[in-house]
Amino acid sequence: MIDNIDLSLVDWSRAQFALTAVYHWLFVPLTLGLSFILAIMETIYVKTGKEEWRRITRFWMTLFGINFAIGIATGIILEFEFGTNWSNYSWFVGDIFGAPLAVEGILAFFLESTFVAVMFFGWNKVNKKFHLVSTWLVAIGASLSALWILVANAWMQHPVGMIFNPETARNEMVNFWAVLFNQIAVDKFLHTISSGFLLASMFVLGISAWYLIRKREEQMAKKSILIAGVFGLLSSLMVAYTGDESARTVSKVQPVKFASMEALYEGKNNAGLIAFGVLKNTDIKIGNQNVKKFALKIQIPGLLSVLTGGDRDSYVQGLSDHISGNEKLEIVPTGEKMLRGKYAMTVLESYKKARVINDTALIASIKKVFKDNEFQNGYFKYFGYASIDKPEDVIPNVTVSFYSFHLMVVLGFLFILIFSVALYLLFKGTISDNKWFLWIALLSIPLPYIAGELGWLLTEIGRQPWIIQDMMTVSKAVSQISTGSVITTFILFAVLFTTLLISEVSIMVKQIKTGPKH
Amino acid sequence: MISLSFLQHYWWIIVSILASLLVFLMFVQGGQSMIYSLPQNDTQKTMIVNTLGRKWEFTFTTLVTFGGAFFASFPLFYATSFGGAYWVWIAILFSFTIQAIAYEFRSKPDNVLGQKTFDLFLFLNGSLGPFLIGVAVATFFTGAMFTLNQMNQVHWATHWYGLEALLNVRNLALGFAVLFLSRINGLLYIINTLDNEAIIRRSGKALISNSVPFLIFFLFFVISLLISKGFSSDPLTGTITIEKFKYLHNLIQMPMVLILFLAGVVGVLFGIGITAFRRSFSGIWFSGVGTVLAVLSLFLIAGFNGTSFYPSLFDLKSSLTIRNASSSLFTLKTMMYVSFIIPIVIAYIWYAWKSINNNKITEAEMNSEELKY
Ligand code: HEM
Repeated sequence: MIDNIDLSLVDWSRAQFALTAVYHWLFVPLTLGLSFILAIMETIYVKTGKEEWRRITRFWMTLFGINFAIGIATGIILEFEFGTNWSNYSWFVGDIFGAPLAVEGILAFFLESTFVAVMFFGWNKVNKKFHLVSTWLVAIGASLSALWILVANAWMQHPVGMIFNPETARNEMVNFWAVLFNQIAVDKFLHTISSGFLLASMFVLGISAWYLIRKREEQMAKKSILIAGVFGLLSSLMVAYTGDESARTVSKVQPVKFASMEALYEGKNNAGLIAFGVLKNTDIKIGNQNVKKFALKIQIPGLLSVLTGGDRDSYVQGLSDHISGNEKLEIVPTGEKMLRGKYAMTVLESYKKARVINDTALIASIKKVFKDNEFQNGYFKYFGYASIDKPEDVIPNVTVSFYSFHLMVVLGFLFILIFSVALYLLFKGTISDNKWFLWIALLSIPLPYIAGELGWLLTEIGRQPWIIQDMMTVSKAVSQISTGSVITTFILFAVLFTTLLISEVSIMVKQIKTGPKH
Repeated sequence: MISLSFLQHYWWIIVSILASLLVFLMFVQGGQSMIYSLPQNDTQKTMIVNTLGRKWEFTFTTLVTFGGAFFASFPLFYATSFGGAYWVWIAILFSFTIQAIAYEFRSKPDNVLGQKTFDLFLFLNGSLGPFLIGVAVATFFTGAMFTLNQMNQVHWATHWYGLEALLNVRNLALGFAVLFLSRINGLLYIINTLDNEAIIRRSGKALISNSVPFLIFFLFFVISLLISKGFSSDPLTGTITIEKFKYLHNLIQMPMVLILFLAGVVGVLFGIGITAFRRSFSGIWFSGVGTVLAVLSLFLIAGFNGTSFYPSLFDLKSSLTIRNASSSLFTLKTMMYVSFIIPIVIAYIWYAWKSINNNKITEAEMNSEELKY
């Protein structure tokens, strides 16, 4: 019953989770970044005592408030969806995944929600210093909230710090620090929060530009542009730096994802970095995907090898190295991994049977096998491959991975340029006269949102078919409920989120048009 | 050495404390469920909504943390109940999602749906939230319809995915008891924080009309619990058997829990009493502490003393206990160190709460520049 997984159930469950995540990520980055911008603005107010800064802070705080609640609302759904839609997964890794979630609740959410109340309602109730501290704590709390869930996500990309316990048929944590300081987790946290800072800076810059276009609130707008410009430029540099780090780590721990995002089918030395490329289908098929080739590309020769391996001669692995294996690099062919995974699965099943009939001798001997290093590294490591049907199935969607990555990078460099120009014009004193730039800034508000969603698309599509890299496939993780139920909830959530988004944008626009209180 | 069994009990207590704080904090929901009946005009409504609205995040965060802590410490429960009783949890989620934005959006211009809709959201969350959470918790005693296979994957035995719980009168009774308790706490909270004679007078009246149904549902649930059979797990083998008067036995065998329970009930009644008959403003403190103690004791008799806290009516041996559903020793221990921070968290919440609640909410404030809902 459980082995015959209904594909559409998996697809709908994925769709529902993706829907929630995509919406969640429309609201959270603004909370992450704007909270720091508020804290900086309020610090200036407290330091200088100028009423003007209080007014500016309060204006942006109103917008922050409109966005804040909806991020929380979509977040709780994500948390519970691990259980409702991915229950097999929740049990399989709850021992590891649950801990960050609990820590997040205890450490971060309370910090954020407690002090957000002071921040909103405390202006006339608590003294200036306490209010300022509260604003900073909201910002720190928001970033901490992001930390733990990203640690959990990173663990799924690159599981570390655990062993499998045959008794309970699940993974158990043995090293908390390894989970926390997982290289992917560090990269992901830094890249993600800085992308939130960037997004909020663009938001503040764009809206301020609109005031300048309208010749309203010019003082406030220029002061806001100063903060957003500096904060935005620093964060966009940090985004590029941490993104580069992320890519390097991915090339080591998720080489298949890396090859997909570079659309690299055959591995090579002296691999070039594709700065710009357009893919087109060939007639050759791998699984049900057509192999792509470049219809157009601008390439910087050798750079990919340099970036990943340190020099031009280093070899960058392609997709075929993983499907067919590569003896020189000691990459086991996927077909072989599948066989070994199936073997590991039979050992586990025989253990379970021995348990049922309570055959102590057999139990002891299989337990020994599980402790054996060769079994662990040669076979059990590929446990997840037991549920792969065909070797080609381990390849994610190359088109999505490639474009989402490259578009994100292009946008990343564009943002550096926009913030630099903003600061340049501001210091030159001509920003109000350069209407063209103000329009660009205004129209750029959606771009960081797009870049962020592309980042997540890459991260999550790029690791298919795995929910936990090499260990559990998405289709094994899904809750066994009726597809109809999931379709119904998908529609309910889609309607709800969309309505809320429309409502939020409408309220925002109105508040912006109204402007700050005098 | 800290044993696994100790940690399982420790974490059951933490989860239970979070659950009991959640039930208390659902005074926000209880208050929301009365936004049509309590206020007489728009100003009164605005005042009530603003009083409750300053606390909604606490309730919400407690719910999230409760979920996270349950996931981390008893992941098999999380997987089984959420992945099986799908519709109950989704309904709870849905009702909390619409609440989160309702406060912020309701009075803002151009909010598309209009204030009436957002108020309806508040009402729906206020009524359904506590009721459904009560029903879900009742299944800790009355059981649910699932089996687990060798790999601990859940299979739900009905096509209602949890909604069948609504057919059991005992589940309904606890659902309504929690709803009316939340309303009582909501009224006591409003009486404590609002400076408005008319609202306080009406709240006092409503207090009595909500206490009667609360007592009926609560007593029905408790009495039926004490005379019902329960699911006990053998301390050595973990085999689940049905035991007559299991929960009564639990109370007798764990006198501390009995004391907590009685203290809790007395606290709630005392809080209601001094408010209704003595016109005191501090009822919420007694009833709040009472709520926490009573819910805590219910959770303890559900999970301690070799009891299955999530029994399967469909397949007895799949029933969950704190022993077979928990995380590993290492994880529980790591999280125990994290949990030592909880007192600090409570301390700053208390401090921040006090600094905001120092002054009562007045009509004048509603017209001032303070951000309002
Ligand atoms: C400037 C060059 C950039 C590079 C080299 C880069 C690189 C990457 C890489 C390699 C990943 C995948 C990490 C993984 O799968 O674990 C990623 C993910 C992501 N990126 Fe970027 N990125 C860049 C710019 C941006 C920009 C401008 C934004 C948004 C404003 C952004 C937002 C994200 C997000 C939200 C994720 C998903 C979270 C994560 O996995 O880190 N990135 N990026």
